[in-house]
Amino acid sequence: MLGRMTLADVAILDSPIIMAAGVFMALVVAAIVGTITYTKSWVYLWKEWITSVDHKKIGIMYIIVAIVMLLRGFSDAIMMRAQQAMAYGGHAGYLPPHHYDQIFTAHGTIMIFFMAMPFMIGLMNIAVPLQIGARDVAFPFLNSFSFWMTAVGAILVNVSLVLGEFGQTGWLAYPPLSELKFSPGVGVDYYIWSLQLTGLGTLLTGVNFFVTIVKMRAPGMTWMRIPIFTWTILCTAILIMAAFPILTVTFGMLSLDRYLGMHFFTNELGGNQMMYVNLIWAWGHPEVYILILPAFGVFSEVVPTFSQKRLFGYKAMVYATVCITFLSFVVWLHHFFTMGSSANVNAFFGITTMIISIPTGVKIFNWLFTMYRGRIQYTSMMLWTMGFMVTFVIGGMTGVMLALPGNDWVLHNSLFLIAHFHNVIIGGVFFGYMAGLTYWFPKATGFKLNDSWGKASFWFWLTGFYVAFMPLYVLGFLGMTRRMNHYDNPQWTPYLWIAAFGALIIAAGIACTVIGLVVSIRQRHLPQNQDVTGDPWNGRTIEWSTSSPPPFYNFAVLPHVDALDAFNETKKRGLEARETPVYSDIHMPRNTPAGFIMSVAAGIVGFALIWHIWWLAIIGMLGVVGTFIVRSCNDDIDYYVPAAEVARIEGLHNARVAQLELTHVA
Amino acid sequence: MITRPLPFLTRASALAALVSLTGCKYSILDPKGAIGAAEKSLILTSTYAMLVIVVPVIILTLWFGWRYREGAGARYEPDWGHSGVIEIFCWGIPCAIIAFLGYLTWVSTHALDPYKALGGQKKPLVIDVVALNWKWLFIYPDQHVATINEVAFPVGTPVDFRITSDSVMNSFFIPELGSQIYAMAGMRTQLHLIADREGTFPGLSAMYSGRGFSDMHFNAIATTDDKFADWVSNAARSSVPLNTGDYVRIAAPEEKAPVQYFSNVEPNLFNEIIAKYMGKAESFHSGVKE
Repeated sequence: MLGRMTLADVAILDSPIIMAAGVFMALVVAAIVGTITYTKSWVYLWKEWITSVDHKKIGIMYIIVAIVMLLRGFSDAIMMRAQQAMAYGGHAGYLPPHHYDQIFTAHGTIMIFFMAMPFMIGLMNIAVPLQIGARDVAFPFLNSFSFWMTAVGAILVNVSLVLGEFGQTGWLAYPPLSELKFSPGVGVDYYIWSLQLTGLGTLLTGVNFFVTIVKMRAPGMTWMRIPIFTWTILCTAILIMAAFPILTVTFGMLSLDRYLGMHFFTNELGGNQMMYVNLIWAWGHPEVYILILPAFGVFSEVVPTFSQKRLFGYKAMVYATVCITFLSFVVWLHHFFTMGSSANVNAFFGITTMIISIPTGVKIFNWLFTMYRGRIQYTSMMLWTMGFMVTFVIGGMTGVMLALPGNDWVLHNSLFLIAHFHNVIIGGVFFGYMAGLTYWFPKATGFKLNDSWGKASFWFWLTGFYVAFMPLYVLGFLGMTRRMNHYDNPQWTPYLWIAAFGALIIAAGIACTVIGLVVSIRQRHLPQNQDVTGDPWNGRTIEWSTSSPPPFYNFAVLPHVDALDAFNETKKRGLEARETPVYSDIHMPRNTPAGFIMSVAAGIVGFALIWHIWWLAIIGMLGVVGTFIVRSCNDDIDYYVPAAEVARIEGLHNARVAQLELTHVA
Repeated sequence: MITRPLPFLTRASALAALVSLTGCKYSILDPKGAIGAAEKSLILTSTYAMLVIVVPVIILTLWFGWRYREGAGARYEPDWGHSGVIEIFCWGIPCAIIAFLGYLTWVSTHALDPYKALGGQKKPLVIDVVALNWKWLFIYPDQHVATINEVAFPVGTPVDFRITSDSVMNSFFIPELGSQIYAMAGMRTQLHLIADREGTFPGLSAMYSGRGFSDMHFNAIATTDDKFADWVSNAARSSVPLNTGDYVRIAAPEEKAPVQYFSNVEPNLFNEIIAKYMGKAESFHSGVKE
């Protein structure tokens, strides 16, 4: 009846740590449910959020998932740092291999798939349609479905904490270790199905934003007038469409091995483990650029805005982005120079890898020369950006070092590698997303994030990063390999203690972010925190021309774009709001629960397959397909907002702005 | 080992080294063999080449950030966004450095190819390496001995490691000697290394392989020809033989496996370990029964 689930699988009874985590999770869930019930918000939540197809709300929900999962992934990190600091000589540390191996697997999986990806997709949801002057994405229902698939995937990962186990294979689940013979438990199955769900969601997001950017730009926005952030998202969408199917198929083949006894990647019967490794990195390397390109996009918005100056070398920036997009598909082999390929193959992939650093270097120079002869305002966003520029070139340098096969043969899988990719992921991706969150937060919510807490967070993250990861570079040179549960080289210990201390500094940074969020929400009504005009930073692109938060239809009258940095040009000419706009009916999509229901059903399918509860899998699948059929037969999926209603909403906004101007005059 | 007259001094100096940490062994940066030495110099050369661009970028970032801060009164050109000269430098400098590093990559990758036999007058010593859960089996096909978790070879003699796995993937790595290569079931990889100095160097698996992975290390002993001969004859005196039947027993998963020696090693054992995964129907069936 329950497949292979038994009472012994309730992992919460295994160890006090897991029990504490389980109880904590239960308390949080109970508190949330209790609060919603107490404030009678269930209907509001259902109508305004769960069934919403509004890209702005979906973006906010993505970022909430990302922040929650950041906390989960970071607790894994701090547990690993503590374990390695303690477990030298005869000491076993406090985490047995079975638990420790799950933690590092979960840390990587969560941080990439459930922290960085939702964070990035959240930012693009909030900003892209507004930057191109669209009223929503091309496929709003698909967008809601994508989000809920990601959310359900994240829930599956967290269920594994208390029911069963997570993979003990490393975050990419290399076979044959991830095959049934060596990992017979449910851990790898949790890994596969949670990533299959979120991976499908991501793929559909890629399709959605590609179509949105190609087809739905405001009149006059030619290719060379697209804001750089949107350019990077376009390239990211292309990478997602090209790379994520590889991931889905690779996990699909691994599932066939595990469920139907096939031999794609087994040791036996012609299975080829290196085929998996090649395929997973054919997804994995583009994935790195899927994460970093949007961060580059954020920096390209932040630097001109806070240098109060045009972006230097817009066209070079576009070409560099496109170059990186193509090159990211021809470098995957550098993740396994140690496979034993011929010198020609290794040298080829080493050189292609280095070539990527050319367009990346160009970007760095372009941001530098954007600051040159500017008037730099030191907001937290600018600090994240400059912290990125200094930190990222170091990460880039160590990356090129690893791109030389001769270097990689001694540094492969060492803590030097760990330091390198955290250097680019924290110092590049994460700093970028934090800058992006602060930048578009007032646009999404109507009030600013507290910048003092933002700056405090930045300084803790920056010092914490250096203290936590510079010792790891040294440990790489000391011959320490990754994923060790314990070791007997006393020379490593001091460095690991320093690294653990660095993790604590980062914890302070995360705490500042969370406190900053709470403070900002509590003080949102203070006049200095309100974004009444919709243009809190003196922005340059058209998302700042509408109110904050924008009305659900984004733009009452679609903007006409006649230049790069169109809103800046408009402001310079002072034409804004001089003519009375003529409103017309606006075509909008209706909210729908279909995406939510399908995702929950898909989550049930995943859960049932993990535990081999076949009847439940069938019911879940019927739920997915049935809901989809019902949704497809529904013709009532859109409506028109009457012009009068638009005029009323715009009138309210204009009255608020006028009120503000009056107080300023007074 | 040479018997030391003053063991206390040895211990004291070891303690001092531990405490000061200045005399610590940066395995990768303190290589004991030609391959490792070449790789160390490659690491340094490539780092210096990149510092040429990295240091100025960091300085410029901080300098521009200071110079053009709001309120500093520096020159302000809000509409300036293009300069052909600067763009040439933006693309040109990275291109030049990457051209140099690309050349370095091509040359060094061929020179240090782990599959390339090392020159020299001495005949290479062949050692077959099998990664097991979670221990290393070393077979000396010409000396007919085998060991678990200890490998020895003479200083100055090129060593031809032929590597496979009879389990999951691992990576065979002796940091102080240089390169590592994956060990994969059903496949044979190769790694040529050489030690230039006597010593006992830690070796490990650099690829996570499951529960017992952290203890999957071994000692690599580089010693004189004479002492190596002694080591081999010592192993040959072992009463434990290693034929196909014994192998099944010793290949069983084991954590923190102690060093063990085997004599009378089945000559074809290494090839059989690889061949059983090679897809023939009967070897598949025997594989499944394991």
